[in-house]
Amino acid sequence: MSSTMSSTQPPIIDIRGLSLAYARDGRRTEILSALDLAVPRGQFLVIVGESGVGKSTLLRVLIDLAKPSSGTVRLETDPGTLTPMALVFQDARLLPWRRVIDNVAFGLERHGLSKPERRARAAAMLKLVGLSDLAGRWPHQLSGGQRQRVAIARALAVEPEVLLMDEPFSALDSFTREGLQDEIQRIKAQTGKTVLFVTHDIDEAVYLADRVVVLAGSPGRIAADVTLAPPRPRQRRDAALVEAARHLRAELSRRSAEL
Amino acid sequence: MTSFRSAALAAVGLAAFLALWEAAPRLDLVNPAFLPPPSSIPAAFAREVSGGAWPRAVVESLSHYVVGLGAGALAGIALGLASGMFGWFESLTAWVVRLLRPIPGLAWVPFAIIWFGVQPSAAVFIIAIGVFWIVFFATQGAVRGVDRDLIEVAQAFGFRGPLARLTKILLPAATPGILVGLRTALGQAWMAVVAAEIFGVPGIGARMMQASSLLSTDIVVVYMLTMAALYGLFDTGFVALQGWLLRWRA
Repeated sequence: MSSTMSSTQPPIIDIRGLSLAYARDGRRTEILSALDLAVPRGQFLVIVGESGVGKSTLLRVLIDLAKPSSGTVRLETDPGTLTPMALVFQDARLLPWRRVIDNVAFGLERHGLSKPERRARAAAMLKLVGLSDLAGRWPHQLSGGQRQRVAIARALAVEPEVLLMDEPFSALDSFTREGLQDEIQRIKAQTGKTVLFVTHDIDEAVYLADRVVVLAGSPGRIAADVTLAPPRPRQRRDAALVEAARHLRAELSRRSAEL
Repeated sequence: MTSFRSAALAAVGLAAFLALWEAAPRLDLVNPAFLPPPSSIPAAFAREVSGGAWPRAVVESLSHYVVGLGAGALAGIALGLASGMFGWFESLTAWVVRLLRPIPGLAWVPFAIIWFGVQPSAAVFIIAIGVFWIVFFATQGAVRGVDRDLIEVAQAFGFRGPLARLTKILLPAATPGILVGLRTALGQAWMAVVAAEIFGVPGIGARMMQASSLLSTDIVVVYMLTMAALYGLFDTGFVALQGWLLRWRA
């Protein structure tokens, strides 16, 4: 089931033996243990697991917000790229004192672009997420879904090769969430980016993913690694997806029963 | 209560206050030399303006006020930012701050006169000290209170140095808190203006002391009201500026 790309090209992200532990109250707590994970270029990889298994921590290590205790992360990104990776947080975390357009342009401000260039790029990204009309608004004037779209535009504006998404839709109502799930698939198809998407929602995982990795246990380890073949655009009630979700649920409950 | 009704009540209150004030010296309840009636104030004001004393005193006091406020605020913001950003700087200065902070601004008057003489710079110095502490603590607190999540956003987008952290996140995020401190300082600085000038530095305070030694109490009242008006003007202007700077808030 693996794509031909992954066999001919090195993976864009190659994680080997990654562990992360921290000391609290004199006790060592291990979040991740000896994790190996290779992500082929262009894959939509979804990481699922219960809260506390280190899904978010993995993304934080990749974007250098957390330091691993041991292990290596190899990136095969283009040296000419502005930013290899960009992160969309669970809450949009827009800067409230910047208008929407300037929030989107935020990450471009250390790349030597002129203000008109930054604005032009930001405007293009706002168009991509369908929010051109809101460029001049303040963040507090937006709905939760709009804010998260702006956060996605902000991440895409720096032209990352890998888009990291940390439970980006979990704080939204289900109607908005489904809309954004379709949107991120469209953006993925349009830009061909590699996406690492963390969620605890199995239905969301199978709907979006080329491949689902299940993290389980404490410290978190890979409990299942499933490739999903159904063609895109997908149907939410696709039999293969429903079956994959059932399989993943069974796998997760078996794993948590073992612990 | 409707705004019209409360405005009407406020007008009634003011009228009653002026009437009582007018009545007290006129009915000889107090000596008019000790408390001039409000009706005598416009004439005193006109004399001061036509003689040139009023504009001169106002310009002098305003220049002390603006320079002292500016210097104190800049120093307070700079050191407050440093103290809020760097734990080592806060520790380094902790005991010095504890030692100096309780000293009232006016206790610096002797040194102000020794160091600067009875000169405008002495008044500026005293004003700046009072403003400094208010703005310093407001800034330090505002920087400490900045949402860590927003600092993380900056880091995730590669803004990792202290200067980038300061300009991209800390300063804009701390602006509301800094402005609250500045507004308090705006009022505090007027007190310091008068106090500094009462020791002889030319300005409104000095003019008031002159007038009082000649028992020209109407002129003293003219300058008291002048200060109220100037403070009101600055505060109104500041509130407008604050509203504009913080227009991004809900």
